[in-house]
Amino acid sequence: MSAVPLQSTSRSVPLHRLAHARAGDKGNRLNLSLIAHRAEDWPLLAREVTEARVLALFAHRGATAVRRYELPALGAFNFVIEDVLQGGVNGALNLDGHGKSLSFLLLGMTVEAG
Amino acid sequence: MAFNRPSSALLRIGCGSGFSGDRLDAPGPVVEALIAAGGPAALMLEVLGERTLALAQRERLHRPEAGFEPALLDLLRPILARCAAHGIPIVTNGGAANPRGAAQAVLGLARELGLPELRVGVVEGDDIRGTDALADLDPWEGDAGAVLEPEKVVAANVYLGAAPIAEALRRGAQVVITGRCSDPALALGPMLAHFGWAEDDWDRLAAGTMAGHLLECGAQVTGGYFADPGVKDVPGMATLGFPIAEIGADGGVLITKPEDTGGRVDRQTVTEQLLYELHDPAAYLTPDVVLDITGVAITEEAPDRVRLTGARGGSRPERLKATVSLPGGWLGEGEISYAGPNARARAELAGRTLLERLKLLGLEGQARLDLIGVVSVFDGDAGALREADAGQPADLRLRLAFASESRAAAERAAREVLSLYCCGPAGGGGVRTRVTDRIRTLSFLVPRERLAPRVTLLSLEDAA
Repeated sequence: MSAVPLQSTSRSVPLHRLAHARAGDKGNRLNLSLIAHRAEDWPLLAREVTEARVLALFAHRGATAVRRYELPALGAFNFVIEDVLQGGVNGALNLDGHGKSLSFLLLGMTVEAG
Repeated sequence: MAFNRPSSALLRIGCGSGFSGDRLDAPGPVVEALIAAGGPAALMLEVLGERTLALAQRERLHRPEAGFEPALLDLLRPILARCAAHGIPIVTNGGAANPRGAAQAVLGLARELGLPELRVGVVEGDDIRGTDALADLDPWEGDAGAVLEPEKVVAANVYLGAAPIAEALRRGAQVVITGRCSDPALALGPMLAHFGWAEDDWDRLAAGTMAGHLLECGAQVTGGYFADPGVKDVPGMATLGFPIAEIGADGGVLITKPEDTGGRVDRQTVTEQLLYELHDPAAYLTPDVVLDITGVAITEEAPDRVRLTGARGGSRPERLKATVSLPGGWLGEGEISYAGPNARARAELAGRTLLERLKLLGLEGQARLDLIGVVSVFDGDAGALREADAGQPADLRLRLAFASESRAAAERAAREVLSLYCCGPAGGGGVRTRVTDRIRTLSFLVPRERLAPRVTLLSLEDAA
């Protein structure tokens, strides 16, 4: 164990600190908006919140594909996630069949800021 | 303020309801703000969910006069006379499975309120059961491979556009009642009638559709479904002001809300709603136009006044989306609480016991367990324990969900949670069970020329 703290130029922060989000559903497909609190953080989000990372985050729910649409003028992204709603509002066993709470699953992701 | 000839005056459109379960007192302050503003105005009430229509269709089987949104009259009663007196038409999709039945009920309300001359426009033609359109459907991309068995269809409705709504308004309707139509059409219809925009004026139709999209979920653009304490705070959550859009003849869009109401309208609330339920931001498909929001700029002009510019439109799609509802089996649910020492282990034992019972009984279906909890049974009615929950023993609620094609199996699974009272781990309490009849919905595409939307105007004279 070193007594000297590790020096690092980056730090891990929850996405919740940098951005806000809202979920919407269509059938078994979910969309999650992700909107930077500060416009200057958009490139950081673009680097960190990739399609692959979002797919991995939702893999345990059966997600099969993620498409990220970029909206730099709005400081935002739109993620479309396939097959993540376990059958959708009319088929899911989950209490939240719409997946409305899943915006905060995304915001719980940790990103490297700096 | 008639809608029977084109005008270039600013048009205000208020939204008094954003979904079928919305606050019943929301429209009042919106209507008063529209009256105080004084210019041409319309009010939209969005009350129809994907599932609502199928449930309404089922209800109509038992009661032919039913099948429309049950809360429609509750929403209209406080505002109908004020709107009629000030020339503010009301446009709603609350007709659900029975727009004509809804119109008769609204005329009954008009009689009760002393409005014997009220004219109600009915838009029909979205219901394609029993028509040859049902035989000409292609699965929508999200439901590729879906095969339709027409004899099982509970409801089949096409999303109609704004044109029939505009026609009803031009013909003098003071209330327009539709079944399924695109939600933004409830706002675009009044714009078409008021401004006389051409049906291929794509950029203006796009701007109007964007405004309708921002309005369609009510308070979701004015601070509802937005608050995150300490991060995104919203004042006055109990008295949220519902939105009003100010639309210019050139397609200018400004979103605001009534003064002296709760909530907030700013870049953040508007951006969240702009992207809500969106797929490709360059191609938001509606029956009236394909909307591209990738070039949209948002400007905060003043407190609670946000302007949007840069919506672009492309030609409307040749095929329209239809939602088909089918029987979706049954869902049995049950919950039971365990609290205090060793609660987690007792709740997990209850869960394992339930799964073993379902297997022993041979019930056909799919099961899921959830373990929910901060406080469910130990607290007093005043909620004191929640304020001091640090260090309190666990208080967990086990939930079983069981989906099956068989009603008997779903009921039996839910009953097994009840049986935990005498046969489960120690100290279980607060059982609730529920069995729900489920609807499955699939989306299809239908050629536009297969459809024949119809507009009828009704008044008490016709009903007599």
